[in-house]
Amino acid sequence: MREPAEIMEVKLVVNGETISRRVAVRQNLVDFLREELGLTGSHFGCEHGVCGACTVVVDGEMVRGCLVLAAQCDGARVETIEGLSGNGALADLQRAFHERNALQCGFCTPGMLLTAAELLARNPRPSREEIRAHLSGNYCRCTGYQAIVDAVEAVCRARREEAAS
Amino acid sequence: MKAPAFAYVKPASLAETFELIERYGEEARLLAGGQSLVAALNMRLAAPRVLIDIGGLREFAGINVMEGTLAIGALTRHRDVERSPEIARHLPLLHQALPHVAHAAVRNRGTFGGSIAFADPAAELPACSLALDAKFLIASKERARRVAAREFFKGLYETAMEPGEILLAGEFPVLESGYRSAFQELARRHGDYAIVGLAAHGRLANGVLSDVRLAYFGVGATPVLARNAAAAFEGKAFSDAAVSAAQAALEHDLEPSDDIHHSAAAKMHLARVLTGRVMAQLAGAER
Repeated sequence: MREPAEIMEVKLVVNGETISRRVAVRQNLVDFLREELGLTGSHFGCEHGVCGACTVVVDGEMVRGCLVLAAQCDGARVETIEGLSGNGALADLQRAFHERNALQCGFCTPGMLLTAAELLARNPRPSREEIRAHLSGNYCRCTGYQAIVDAVEAVCRARREEAAS
Repeated sequence: MKAPAFAYVKPASLAETFELIERYGEEARLLAGGQSLVAALNMRLAAPRVLIDIGGLREFAGINVMEGTLAIGALTRHRDVERSPEIARHLPLLHQALPHVAHAAVRNRGTFGGSIAFADPAAELPACSLALDAKFLIASKERARRVAAREFFKGLYETAMEPGEILLAGEFPVLESGYRSAFQELARRHGDYAIVGLAAHGRLANGVLSDVRLAYFGVGATPVLARNAAAAFEGKAFSDAAVSAAQAALEHDLEPSDDIHHSAAAKMHLARVLTGRVMAQLAGAER
């Protein structure tokens, strides 16, 4: 039988790079990314799963980084805003957010982008209602959401037009 | 806040899990998807000494249909239930309810069994299980047993599970011909816990309703099967008169209490509003 431990060794792939670290098992994934790896693009807001600022992608699906322990990610593949910005996967969404003033302070933006990207990957033709429903787990305290929904809608349209041409 | 210190262990089998539960007893908590438990740890509402991560027991994840029963393994993630064609076909009530279970990022991690065993009175899946007359498969080191959903939810976050037991699956009778489902909830923000919600299931044959089950949630310490309101539809066509009778009968079914945003009277009013909307949806009536 395995013994419970307060410190454990984890090995995971973060933005394509294999990482091994000893972690305190109480440390959640976002603290691990920020404190241990210096990846400060994922933000800490509410720390109990309500605000969405800590959204990251684990094994291809977005999750709340504050509701996942780093210890649970042993063997997982993690992607953050840094990795997904670097490889251009979010470039059109980022441009649209910029052009439409869909961010002001930027605190929620990494989470918004990852959440919007997941929606577009699964549903290339969402209605405004569907965009709002999908983004409903992400708080923005600046923009009033209208511009964010506009930006996501504009990218949907642009991607469809590009696919059609 | 940050979670208090605890020790973590990830067993590789059910047998090892039972050994750990036996050794640590009440000092241990089972960690499945963690979407309620890790939040509770962060808020320091829970402080177990040991977390037993059962996330590796993949044999308890998945959806199986056999001989009129659809089984959902306890570790099946909400997202997999939401996207399952078997669920859409055999359990349309769950298919309708799943998009309301928290937000997409939470559904990617949260599990069916976690939601049932946590037994939040404002959660969707316990109410759906009541309306669909599901059974839960529960095991301890010594034995396995089945408990009907109607006997399972005992009080606020309290279930029929005994210390040392683990929830392994939910078992649902598949949709019978003539039966229909409808689901709606009222929440302050899409994906938040419901102020009031209603999961309804029943038979509609030649325009006549029968065997209607109305499971309300967010209105008490447990989800509530409203037998008096449901009886108002028995043997009747959908009509404004039947809805009014059900709305009046709810008086004898529900005893909501105030929460920080809504008075008991407001919740009762909203439960009555939902009764009309959901039964119209179930009956396919324009309203």
